[in-house]
Amino acid sequence: MKWVMGFLAGLVICASAIAEDSAPDVMVKNVTNEVLEIVKKDKDIQSGNTRKAIGLVEAKVIPHFNFQRMTAQAVGKSWRLATAAQQKALAEEFRTLLVRTYANALTAYKNQTVDFKPLKMAPTDTDVTIHSSIRQPGAKSIDIDYALEKDGPDWKVYDFTIGGISMVTSYRDQFSQQIAADGVDGLIKSLQAKNASLDASAAKK
Amino acid sequence: MFGITHEKDAIVKFALIKRLAPLSALFMLACTLTGCATSGNPKDPIEGFNRAMFAFNEGVDKTVIKPVAQGYEATVPQPARNGVANFFGNIEDVFIGVNNVLQGKVPDGINDFGRVLVNTTLGVFGFMDVASDMGVEKHNEDFGQTFGRWGAGPGTYVVWPLFGPRTVRDSAGLVVDLAADPIGAINDIPARNILLVTRLVSDRAALLPADKVIEEAALDKYSYIRDGYLQRRRSLVYDGNPPRRDESNE
Repeated sequence: MKWVMGFLAGLVICASAIAEDSAPDVMVKNVTNEVLEIVKKDKDIQSGNTRKAIGLVEAKVIPHFNFQRMTAQAVGKSWRLATAAQQKALAEEFRTLLVRTYANALTAYKNQTVDFKPLKMAPTDTDVTIHSSIRQPGAKSIDIDYALEKDGPDWKVYDFTIGGISMVTSYRDQFSQQIAADGVDGLIKSLQAKNASLDASAAKK
Repeated sequence: MFGITHEKDAIVKFALIKRLAPLSALFMLACTLTGCATSGNPKDPIEGFNRAMFAFNEGVDKTVIKPVAQGYEATVPQPARNGVANFFGNIEDVFIGVNNVLQGKVPDGINDFGRVLVNTTLGVFGFMDVASDMGVEKHNEDFGQTFGRWGAGPGTYVVWPLFGPRTVRDSAGLVVDLAADPIGAINDIPARNILLVTRLVSDRAALLPADKVIEEAALDKYSYIRDGYLQRRRSLVYDGNPPRRDESNE
């Protein structure tokens, strides 16, 4: 069960993506630090205000993710068989689910520090992995890796790995079993239902 | 190394076999009941059995373990909880060191034994993690990882009653972990039981914040935990740098 702990602490830092700078490692570092600085000062987020945390993630983190590619990878083979409208719906629902997860993880942040490992990349590289780790006293540090691809002048995150657990891979089996049972529309419906139930429980608080 | 004589060793092994025997009987029973439904997922050939055990474990957690952990979190102040976690973490560091040495990572093992030395003395029997404050980092090792390092493949994914997810390799690792656990070897039974329960509650309490994240993120909690577990263990065997696997579905 220890990986779960790593997973949680990892999610805390998921918020760290990329900034406008050209070097991908600099961007990841800047966004991470910026987001954590905001969380450190924000009592609402610390006390579990998910809506506020979602706002922060939407504003600072989401612009640096390529959700289309993330969703395509998580859906796997069935992605190309899906219609454009289905693809759009899948990417939207998956995005909503992930944003909420990260936002919640941010509300659990407690003074961990993040180290970044130096990035070795050639100027011609268009696909890089940034390694970072979260340090916390009394526990093994947790590694967070971001996979990024060059998208025009920008770098976009298309997967990230927390303590060895890839976000895309973690959803692949869940998606494929749902598609096998009820088709692509079934998966869209179940993602919609999931998001709606999370909204409803958030509204109750 | 832990003062276990050969005789005691045999007793511990026997006790373990006795403890595991009902489990394997349960395994057979569940297989018969569920027909060990093949899921078609090559990663999880005994998914039917595993899902049944997963549901059982979830029930136990929900009705007993989690409420106790929540009570512990609510009544014991954070510094005291940290102390308890550090105390058990210090004992664990001995095993981490042994496993690092068994894996041929002697400098890491020395690091771990150094942690034990510092935390047991300066950290007052391990209640304070002084070593981390000094920058001597904690590792994560166990016998399952050691077997993996020695070349054993993970084998079938199994969800055990109470012990939870393991691969066959990690199940073997668990047996050794349990046999080598000094707390399990304490002769004073009431004291041993108090320590075992305290450790369980302390470990569970540390995971409480993760519950919400998993509940919210997972479409199917069973698959989510399985895929997380398998990836995590693979990563740990390679100390965070597993060889890249082609995961594309092209």
